[in-house]
Amino acid sequence: MIDANGITKSYGFGENKTEVLKGVDLQIADGDFVVILGASGSGKSTLLNCLSGLERVDGGHILYDSVDITKLSDKELTNFRKDNIGFVFQQYYLLPNMTVEKNVRMGADLAGNGDYKEIIEAVGLEAKLGKYPSELSGGEQQRVSVARALAKKPKALFLDEPTGALDEKTGRQLLDYVCKLHNEYGFTVVMVTHNGNIAETANTVIGLNSGKIAEFYVNENPKTAYEIGW
Amino acid sequence: MVIGFKDAAKLFGISIIACCAAFVCTLFLSYNVDLAAIKSEITMESEAALYNAQVLMGRVVAGVSGGCLVITSVVMLLFYVKNYVSSHGKELGILKAIGYSEAKISKHFWVFGLPVLVGCALGFAVGYFYLPTFYQKQAPNLPALTPKFHLSLAFSLIGAPTAVFIAISTLFAYLKLKSPVLDLLREKQRYKVKIGKDGKEGEPFLKDLRGVTLKSRKPLVFFVAFSAFCFSAMVQMSFSMNELASETFAVMVLSIGLILAFVTLLLSLSSVVFGNAKTIAMMRVFGYDDKTCSRYILGAYRPISYVGFALGTAYQYGLLRLMVSVVFAEIGNVPKYAFDFGRCLITLALFVVTYETVTFLYSLKIKRISVKSIMSE
Repeated sequence: MIDANGITKSYGFGENKTEVLKGVDLQIADGDFVVILGASGSGKSTLLNCLSGLERVDGGHILYDSVDITKLSDKELTNFRKDNIGFVFQQYYLLPNMTVEKNVRMGADLAGNGDYKEIIEAVGLEAKLGKYPSELSGGEQQRVSVARALAKKPKALFLDEPTGALDEKTGRQLLDYVCKLHNEYGFTVVMVTHNGNIAETANTVIGLNSGKIAEFYVNENPKTAYEIGW
Repeated sequence: MVIGFKDAAKLFGISIIACCAAFVCTLFLSYNVDLAAIKSEITMESEAALYNAQVLMGRVVAGVSGGCLVITSVVMLLFYVKNYVSSHGKELGILKAIGYSEAKISKHFWVFGLPVLVGCALGFAVGYFYLPTFYQKQAPNLPALTPKFHLSLAFSLIGAPTAVFIAISTLFAYLKLKSPVLDLLREKQRYKVKIGKDGKEGEPFLKDLRGVTLKSRKPLVFFVAFSAFCFSAMVQMSFSMNELASETFAVMVLSIGLILAFVTLLLSLSSVVFGNAKTIAMMRVFGYDDKTCSRYILGAYRPISYVGFALGTAYQYGLLRLMVSVVFAEIGNVPKYAFDFGRCLITLALFVVTYETVTFLYSLKIKRISVKSIMSE
């Protein structure tokens, strides 16, 4: 269970200070598929970064079961991410001079996961093991990024606009892989998007507007990636 | 235009190297030219032998030091221009896209020749003003020498290197800008590292990271090795120079060696940290601690530095043997030269302490790399 209470976050100082998160409270159950939906500048990526321990909050608490990650030292937070968190970014951030296999091993080795090739197969890239990121399409690169994140067997997977740089076809394909892997492995998914259609695939939708939660609802009948509009 | 004097100022390392090169060459080449003017005044056999030895030593020192420093500066310049084109691909690509030719853009790279001008001019000036003291210490037994200003030497040591470096940077930039516009815009890099070919498939990520870090930036390998080489060769040589030549000579060799070693080491390690910032940031996102990032990225260069140290030791030994057995062969009372194992160990200990301190300071820099700054690029 992820329990966030009164999260505040701002950037800049004095007159240039911008309050990005203005007291966000939310709870995410283990194994849930959550989408944080919001327009550009609503604070959704900042919320994702704070929830995942990538950024420090200014105020409030984020509890993973009984562990308050806002109270952890940098070293402890790094260890926490290592044991619990997986990331997928819009821009992939693959290591350009390493093959698909080595990029995935970056995550797998941390968790001592010797079966990392399974996850590469699960995202349909077994034939691209020896390829470099520059030799892959955008969709394939993002699938490597998902495999890299999942190879470390995280308890929660955070995705920041994972389909933002992809076309409809590859975007749907990627989303389908994420949904299937979520169902198979049961990890918690927290995905940020500005695309309202994508929210229909989630179990829980959190709408964010100007740093505050504007809506929160549970989706009784989540759709598949191929059933939603784009 | 996207290239400014600020960018050229970042090449201060080349200025320092050029300064050292011009300083050494000014001393020894001026000495040789002025020495030739008094050749007719030398009548005694012992003086003639000393004269010949001095001329030969001047040529060897100017050639070897100047040559090494010029090669290093050229490699440094090429590395910087290549990095500049890679990291400013978007701006340069846009210029090409809207119709600027490669030649038109590349001619603005002339500013990268300025650090050479500044360094050489400074080195020449300092060398010129130091000439009287140098002449006195260099050959007290020869007829008195008066330092003269040689315009041809000034041109050879300031004008010519500047012109050559301007030509190299514009030409190299021209070649780099030949890449397709889209590749420049996407700041696309062509990686040639093939893990499969090296038979490394299946190796752990961290082990492979070391190799990839080294292979992806080969010039940095050269610079790290070169800095260790300079440290080792010049410090050990300065010990010997104290006995073979003079204290002034020893201090000069030591200062130049240390300046070169520190400049190249600092520049190369900061390039390592800067060039691997994204990798380090991603490793930290995934939960690799700072220690691991430093150990596998900065630590990759440690064996290279020791190879550089060993080569520097061999080089200084070979050079001094050559000087003693060939250059000073005809002169009497030259102390015997033998490899000093004790001094080598002292130099190694000094090197280890210095290298590890600098590496530690850069590992602190790694700690400060913000994950968010990388993500917002």
